[in-house]
Amino acid sequence: MSELKKSWLLHLGIVALLLVLQFVLPSYHHASMARIMVLTCYAMGYNILFGYTGLLSLGHALFFAAGMYGLSLSMQHLEWLAGPALIIGLLSGVVVSLTIGLLLLRTTGVAFMIVTLMFSQAGYLTVLYFGEFTRGDEGLVIQQELRSIAGIDLSDPTSRYFAALLLMTICIIVSLRVVQAGFGRVLVAIRENDERTRMLGYDIQRHKLSAIVLSGTMSAAAGACYCLLFGYAGATFASVQYSIFPLLWVLLGGAGTVLGPFVGTLFMFYLIDLSSGLTTAYMLIAGFSLVMLTLFAPQGLVGEIRRRGLRWLP
Amino acid sequence: MNLLSTHNLSRKFGGITAVDNISFVIPTGQVRALIGPNGAGKTTFVSILSGRIAATEGQVFFDGIDVTKEPAHLRIRAGMAYTFQITSIYGRLSVFENVALAVRWQTSGDENETKRRVEDALAEVGISDRATQLAGDLSYGHQRLLEIAMGLCQRPKLLILDEPTQGLADSEINQFIRLISNLRGVMTILLIEHNIDVVMRSADAITVLNNGKVLAEGSPKEIHENAAVQAAYLGTS
Repeated sequence: MSELKKSWLLHLGIVALLLVLQFVLPSYHHASMARIMVLTCYAMGYNILFGYTGLLSLGHALFFAAGMYGLSLSMQHLEWLAGPALIIGLLSGVVVSLTIGLLLLRTTGVAFMIVTLMFSQAGYLTVLYFGEFTRGDEGLVIQQELRSIAGIDLSDPTSRYFAALLLMTICIIVSLRVVQAGFGRVLVAIRENDERTRMLGYDIQRHKLSAIVLSGTMSAAAGACYCLLFGYAGATFASVQYSIFPLLWVLLGGAGTVLGPFVGTLFMFYLIDLSSGLTTAYMLIAGFSLVMLTLFAPQGLVGEIRRRGLRWLP
Repeated sequence: MNLLSTHNLSRKFGGITAVDNISFVIPTGQVRALIGPNGAGKTTFVSILSGRIAATEGQVFFDGIDVTKEPAHLRIRAGMAYTFQITSIYGRLSVFENVALAVRWQTSGDENETKRRVEDALAEVGISDRATQLAGDLSYGHQRLLEIAMGLCQRPKLLILDEPTQGLADSEINQFIRLISNLRGVMTILLIEHNIDVVMRSADAITVLNNGKVLAEGSPKEIHENAAVQAAYLGTS
C-alpha cells in the first residue's frame, strides 16, 4: 500500500472512530468531545503556520476571536441567521489574517512573535473597548432558538457533535491536501531553510502570506463554530491565554503532524479534567506531565510515533 | 552571444567596497572560473548576480534582460541556479526531497516527471543509492554533491557553483571535474574555486578578482603566466 493511501486510511479511520463514539460516549464525555473537536480545528490552523511553516505566532487568539465575533456580532446586532453569520465569521478571519499577514511579513524570528502578540492584545483591548456591542468580559450569549442551520438545531448534543465532527473532518482533509501538495512541501522547505528555498526559485513571502491566511481562516472557522455550537462569545477567547493554548496543544501532540493537534488537544483537555478531580493543585500535575513530555518526547506524541517507526505519517 | 554581463557593478558595506565597479561578461556555453584571494569579493559578486544581495550601483543583464531589480526567485526561474559555499541543504528531509524541491516548480505537479529528473540528477553526481536517506546523515562530501545535484536538476542556463570542491576527497574532486566536462556545452558555468588544479583542468577562461576589482582575465594558460596574479596570491597568502 502506498504511503498516500495509508495516511488517508488512517485519518479517515479516526473520523470513523469518532463517528462511532457519538453513539457510545456517556453524555459528559460526549459534550467534552464536541468541544475538543472544535478546539482541534483551532490547533490545526495553528499547526499550518507553526508546525509546517515554522512561524511561531503568539497571537492566534486574534483569528479565533475574529471568527467568533464575526459570527456573534452579525447575529446579535444585524439579526442575521446562523448560516450567513458563519460566512461572515470566516470572512473576518480572511480579512484579519490577510491584513495582519501583510504587516507580519516585514518581520522574522523573535520580532514576528512579538508583533503577533501585540496585534492580538490590540484585538483583545478592542473587544473590551467596544463593550457596548461585545459586552466585554461578560460576553454575548446566542439564543438557543437562533443556533440552527437549515432546520438543524445545533444546540442539541447529537447534532452539535456531528457538526463538530464535520468541521474537524474538513480541517483534516484540508491539512492533508496541503501537506501532500507542492505548496505544503514548500512550506516545510521554508521551515527548514528559508534562504535555500528562495534560492531554489520560490517566492517565500507569498508562500508565508498564504500560510498565514490559511492558518488564520481555519482558526476563525473554529472560533465561529465554537460560538455557534456552544452559544457564547466572550473576551477571554481573545486573550493571550487563548493564544498560548494552541501552541501547547500542537507542541504536545506533535508540531508538523496532521493528527498532532487532535492528540494534543485531547490529551491536555483530559489531563486537566482528570487531575482537577483528584486535587485542587491540578495545575501542578498538568505542569509536571508537560515537563516530562518535553523531556522524553520533544517532538510531541505523534511526532514521537513518527520518529520511532511510522515515518510516513504526514 | 553573452548569457550574463554586468555593467559597472559595485557593492559597498559601510566604508568598505566589496565589489568595485566590475564590468564582466560570460559568453553562452563557457565554463568560467572566478578566483582570487580570500576577501577578494568573489562571493559578494556572485551573490549580487543571483539576487541574494542588492547592488549599490551598476546593472546585471541575464539572457538579454536587465535583472538588476529582479528578486532572487525570479532570477532562478529565469534560468540561474546557485549552489551555496557553505553547504545549505535540508538536513531533516530526504535526499530525494531535497532535489525534488529544486525541480518541482518546473514540473508543475507532474510527480513522475519530478521523480525522473531527480533520479537523473542524483545519478549524474553519483549518489543515487542515497536517495531515501536523510540529507543530514550524508557525509560532508556527499552533501556537497547533493548541493550540486540541486543546481543541476533545474537544467539552468547558468549554473553558479560557489567553491564546490571545498572539503572533497581527491577521488571526489576527479569525479567533479568529469562532471563539469560532461556539462560543457549543456549549460554555462560560473565556478568560484580555490583549488587551482581544478580551475586549470576545467575552466575555459578565468577571471581573477582582488580587492573587489578585476585583476586579470584570460585563458588558464595566460592567467598561469600572469605576474600580477602571482603577486596577488603570494602577497596575501
